[in-house]
Amino acid sequence: MREMFRLFIVITIFSAVSGGLLATVRNGTQEKIEYQQLKFVKGPTIKQIMEGCTNDPLVDRFKIMDGKMERNFFIGQFNGKKNTVAFESYGKGYGGDVGVIAAVNIETDEIVGVGVTTHSETPGVGSRAKTDPSFVSQFKGLSMKAPFKVRTDGGDIDAISGATFTSRGVCAAVTDLSQIYSRLKDKIIEQMG
Amino acid sequence: MAKSVVQEFAKGLWAEIPPFRLVLGLCPTLAVTKTVENGIGMGVATTFVLVCSNIIISLLRNVIPKKVRIACYIVVIATFVTVVELVMQAYTYPLFLKLGIFIPLIVVNCIVLGRAEAFAAKNSVIPSFADGLGIGIGFTLSLTVLAMFREALGYGTLLNMELFGPSFKPFTFMVEAPGAFVCLGLMLCLMNMLGKK
Repeated sequence: MREMFRLFIVITIFSAVSGGLLATVRNGTQEKIEYQQLKFVKGPTIKQIMEGCTNDPLVDRFKIMDGKMERNFFIGQFNGKKNTVAFESYGKGYGGDVGVIAAVNIETDEIVGVGVTTHSETPGVGSRAKTDPSFVSQFKGLSMKAPFKVRTDGGDIDAISGATFTSRGVCAAVTDLSQIYSRLKDKIIEQMG
Repeated sequence: MAKSVVQEFAKGLWAEIPPFRLVLGLCPTLAVTKTVENGIGMGVATTFVLVCSNIIISLLRNVIPKKVRIACYIVVIATFVTVVELVMQAYTYPLFLKLGIFIPLIVVNCIVLGRAEAFAAKNSVIPSFADGLGIGIGFTLSLTVLAMFREALGYGTLLNMELFGPSFKPFTFMVEAPGAFVCLGLMLCLMNMLGKK
């Protein structure tokens, strides 16, 4: 009995110390990791969906408070006018959250481009949402006001074959993005001058 | 059978080098040696985990009860692997993306658990540190040399620098799984021949 007690205590202490150490390291590296993700993962996606812009969207970015959350907005300049903004949200995919960034033209409320940033989807299947341009190109030109659903749910978006959950996740993310857009549009226009 | 600290360190560099003599850690060896950069990165990460876990487990070897020792070792090893993962994400993000799932898999790398159980649990801190460092460096050397062959023949580059001109036809077999096995076998053969002298 006494031995079992000792086993229990030792493992508990090990786990507690380990947990504490990991929480400290995570806090210490959180900011750096966020920056690296921005640079290597979101950066390329943002530049890709705002192809042809004449500025650096990562540099021209601002934040807006959305309730309790702080959101990043990246500005795209086309033909001398800063009329496009990109921002990110998440939708529930198959293996977790799918991060999606959409670029919207604030003059026409039209989607300029959509790109997937982070995901934990099945490689070769759901991951095609990120690698296959023909899926996300469906969103180009659509109004930012429409709800976005796959065909099997009554919408207009063709899902990736074999990756319905992932496709639904992307649609859910873009739908959330459209809600954020309508919620914060005034503040966005204010910030973009 | 007491060896000096230097001997404990040196054995990891030849006589007990993984994965050739100490046939452990074959999975990451085959998987990440497509390029030299990945090989070195994986070797350094594994060495860090090996050294830290050897030290901690050696320090606590009289405290850890025998019945739950493996569970305790895994907690220690997994903690250090997570630290490595977070540090790599913060400071070497492109390498982190390339090594991908093989970083968390260091937890189940047989070298780390094997040395913990076979050495650190029975020896004091300084020899355990030397053992971990020697075997870790040996592992890194093995990965680097193997990767040099595979990258040079399979891609025609070394550390992303072009080696041959445009007329070079890459021997792509070398960067696939079967090529890895063949390369590993040839290296082992060479080592055996050198050792026989």
